[in-house]
Amino acid sequence: MNDLYIIITACLVAINCAIVGSFLVMRKMVMIGDAISHAVLPGIFFAYLLSGSTSSLPILIGAAASGIFATILIEWFTQKARLQSDASIGVSYTLLFAIGIILISKFGENADIDQQCVLYGELEYVWLWLVPIGNHFFIPQQTLILLSLTLIIITGVIIGFKGLFITTFDPNFAISTGVAIGFWHYFLMGGVSLTTVVSFESVGAILVVAFLSGPPAIAYLLTENLKKMIILSCFFGILCAIIGFYTAKLFDVSIAGAISTIIGLVFTVVFIISTQKKSKIDVISY
Amino acid sequence: MIFLQSISTLFSNDYYTFWVVAAGAGIICFAAGTVGTFSYLRKRALLGDVISHAVLPGVVISFMLTGVKDSLYFLTGATISGLISIAIVDYVQSKSKLKPDTILALTLSVFFGVGIVLLTKIQHSGNGAQSGLDSFLFGKAASMSLHDVTLFSIIAIINTICIVLFIRPFSLISFDEEYAKGIGFNVKFIKYFLAMLTVITVSIGIQSVGIVLMAALLITPASGARFLTNAIPKMIFYAGFFACISGIIGVFISSTGTSMPTGPWIVVVLSSFTLLAIFFGKEKGIFARMQTRKSNQIKINNENILKIVYKTSKEGTISVPIQDIFKESSDKSIRLTLKRLEKNNIISRVKGMIFLHENGKIAAREVIRKHRLWEIYLSKYFQLEADHLHDDAEGIEHIITPEIEKHLITLLDRPEKDPHQSEIPY
Repeated sequence: MNDLYIIITACLVAINCAIVGSFLVMRKMVMIGDAISHAVLPGIFFAYLLSGSTSSLPILIGAAASGIFATILIEWFTQKARLQSDASIGVSYTLLFAIGIILISKFGENADIDQQCVLYGELEYVWLWLVPIGNHFFIPQQTLILLSLTLIIITGVIIGFKGLFITTFDPNFAISTGVAIGFWHYFLMGGVSLTTVVSFESVGAILVVAFLSGPPAIAYLLTENLKKMIILSCFFGILCAIIGFYTAKLFDVSIAGAISTIIGLVFTVVFIISTQKKSKIDVISY
Repeated sequence: MIFLQSISTLFSNDYYTFWVVAAGAGIICFAAGTVGTFSYLRKRALLGDVISHAVLPGVVISFMLTGVKDSLYFLTGATISGLISIAIVDYVQSKSKLKPDTILALTLSVFFGVGIVLLTKIQHSGNGAQSGLDSFLFGKAASMSLHDVTLFSIIAIINTICIVLFIRPFSLISFDEEYAKGIGFNVKFIKYFLAMLTVITVSIGIQSVGIVLMAALLITPASGARFLTNAIPKMIFYAGFFACISGIIGVFISSTGTSMPTGPWIVVVLSSFTLLAIFFGKEKGIFARMQTRKSNQIKINNENILKIVYKTSKEGTISVPIQDIFKESSDKSIRLTLKRLEKNNIISRVKGMIFLHENGKIAAREVIRKHRLWEIYLSKYFQLEADHLHDDAEGIEHIITPEIEKHLITLLDRPEKDPHQSEIPY
């Protein structure tokens, strides 16, 4: 049963990240996802400080807020301070992460968050906090939160698909037809913040980044149709999560690490196949 | 009080260790700042993040192979796997349609994942090695051993010397690879050499700030230095200097409290320097730019008013009722501008009439001349219709310098009339 909980949790993270990640990959913003996943630390701390509890809701809100704050900070560095965009990302997330670590190590001895937990996550122990559904059925708290997030994200993407699509692929056209680019940017960033925050609590920042970039990248090598790409990346995400889990069990190693490794392996295979295909086409066309 | 006490202990008990560690952190950070300048200039800021995550498997494998917790072995492993990660990023980028950011994120997380897998393998096999490896990952500069400090400092100094010696080729490939190739530099070698220096710097830098914050050590100093100067050697020096000072202050702060982490403090101090530079940097800082914009705006307002006064006043009189100006201009700050002009003795106001002084007249003629010359230039060289000229000239008339004006006059053969048949006042 515990294994099942872990697998389901990992798959839910995979789905969330695959959907959001597909948009990030197309918008060339994956590293912002990476930045957000690190920059949520101060938010988590302040939520903990204000609410005095480590229960999930305040922490979630705090983390999501600081995720959004991180994107605003990055924007500010690029627009107002005119720093080049990659440097803006680097400067902002490291600063927020550093502040977070300082706050936590100074005031948050009981906060149960440390640098290692942020990076590695605690997927192995997801079954420790169960909540009852009905009389006989239990489900881990994390899994429940992730499930609701998945529903939110799927609904959000279905409702906002047109807006997200148009601002991703043709921002100039979007501007000329009066689509609010800023709104969709922050709509997506809100989704990214929620996803990274909810997910990193269970799987760690590194696996979140792997899920955000890997499956969408694999899918993008196979198709250029965004809808197909999203579905394919969900598929690959789930596939890697399951294979990764059993690999971790087999070798007795970290689950998050194993899943990342499997994502890397699957990517390598698909990458080699796709480059070979391409070179064949090249030969024919000559 | 506690603070003062901690300072005094600093100089009494084991101050020797403290100063050695502080100096070591300073030197390591200096090296990171200098190398990072080129990461910044080559727009590869986030590559530092990738490298710092990618060294993990190398470190763990080197431990698995040797079974010893020796910094030199760690460094070797770290450097090798860091270089491999760069090579992979470059290769995938050249062979697929994936964008750099995706490749960076993927490489970073997969390498780190592999590292964690290996790390947990060691831990679960009961080798008890994580303590040493952990300090490598999360940066505990304050607890570095003297042996490590010496080793890392020496490497950092060698690194910095290499940067100084190769400053020209590195600058060239940062700005214009093709040109560098053209004048006979071995671009490929230079790129890999720079990459290697970066990887080595990252490997030792992790010791002081940890994996996650390593990107800051490379990129934050350069980001700040960029606001202070345009010259690369100066920029490198500023970046290194800021990083060095931050390293020392960071170690100092973390030694004052029991639960004060070193790396994060270094980064916070560093970021504060950079923010200061971003706000107060001469010429490029936010405030300096605001100042420039403001003074430009004043100049434009002045010139626009002078122009209106000159144009609306009848030949010879050079005086205009104030209401006429309000009619002509939609600018909201007319009153302010008029007051300023009067104070500078360019106009004077008498009973609702505005008189243009001699210097005002000259200035007004100058602006009108530039405006009309530009209109001629546009119609002659861009074949624009007469009704398309005005708006463009309206903006550029304030920007044309006397040199450009001279150039325009010779180029256009000192014309008498503009495309609208108005006379050009010389």
